[in-house]
Amino acid sequence: MSFWWVMIIAGLATFAIRATFILLIGQREIPPLLRRALYFIPPAVLTAIILPELVLPRGQLNLSLTNPNLLAGIVAVLVAWRTRSVLLTILVGMAVFWAARMVIGS
Amino acid sequence: MSVSPRFVEFRSGVQAELPILLGVAPFGMIYGVLALQAGIPPVEAQAMSAVVFGGSSQIVLTQLVNIGAPAVVMILTVTVINLRHALYSASVAPYVQHLRPAWKLLLSYLLTDEAYIVTILHYEQTEPGAKGRRAAAVRQAAEDQREAGAQAVDPTPVQETDQRHWFYLGAGLALWTCWQLSTALGIFLGAAVPSSWGLEFTLPLTFIALVVPNLNSRATVGAALTAGLIAVMVYSLPYKLGLIVAALIGVLAGLALDWMEARR
Repeated sequence: MSFWWVMIIAGLATFAIRATFILLIGQREIPPLLRRALYFIPPAVLTAIILPELVLPRGQLNLSLTNPNLLAGIVAVLVAWRTRSVLLTILVGMAVFWAARMVIGS
Repeated sequence: MSVSPRFVEFRSGVQAELPILLGVAPFGMIYGVLALQAGIPPVEAQAMSAVVFGGSSQIVLTQLVNIGAPAVVMILTVTVINLRHALYSASVAPYVQHLRPAWKLLLSYLLTDEAYIVTILHYEQTEPGAKGRRAAAVRQAAEDQREAGAQAVDPTPVQETDQRHWFYLGAGLALWTCWQLSTALGIFLGAAVPSSWGLEFTLPLTFIALVVPNLNSRATVGAALTAGLIAVMVYSLPYKLGLIVAALIGVLAGLALDWMEARR
């Protein structure tokens, strides 16, 4: 199969996934319990992406101070909490990340 | 001359997305570099960013091309990695119910992690609450009248028309443009972007910036922490399936905490 077909089929599948509920949920009222469940999706999905990136660098669990990802992540959480600024969080987080990597020498 | 509410929403959507692009652009460049290294021709590598339009699935795909995985495995892997978008789809669906099918399809195409999160926060923060249903009916009526080409309509309901999908469009198009340009830049620069810089770390940082300020109740904190811990525990599941499992358990934890709080 040519790579173009792989791309087109994968693209259509991704599009179908994104469109499912947007097209399926009609003009009906959403049950309150479901509405509440949907409300928890952003923090749940994003934290499920974030935490492994912080504590499992290269797939190995590392909870020590020799883990630049974890150090930078903790600082980023504090910056995000205090400033609510996406820009500052990324800039300070990357600065700590690079500094820690230089100090640790990894 | 007054500025149209559509334009105001669209512009706010673009503005809300701008800082996030700082975290997305390096990720797009890294994809471009990896795609070339995997031997994907530049045209296909760029087209992938428009056709699939899903960062992490595209990066994993380059790894599969590298090891010469069969086409079926590549397609299934991309599909499973993008399954989380079904959760996003369910989450924004109530807010876009009143739109025409063409709008729904366009917004579906633009439904990525980064566009979704700023859009859903905007919807939640501007939702009129208990009046939601009535407002939706008014909006619908206004929309119908406008589409029917009625000229002499009382302007009040039109002002109440929900234009927040323009915010979604603004955020989505801003991200889309950034993703295409950064992919092109990565393809163009190629090996000039060393992988040792660890630029891909901007992505989890962006997500931290988006999640942390919105952890405003015990239940949301519980949902987030549970999902994060489970994701670490089941990280070794193939095709990033652990992400879906973790997110669903996190949502259940949030509901359970909600329920316990309500009973007290």
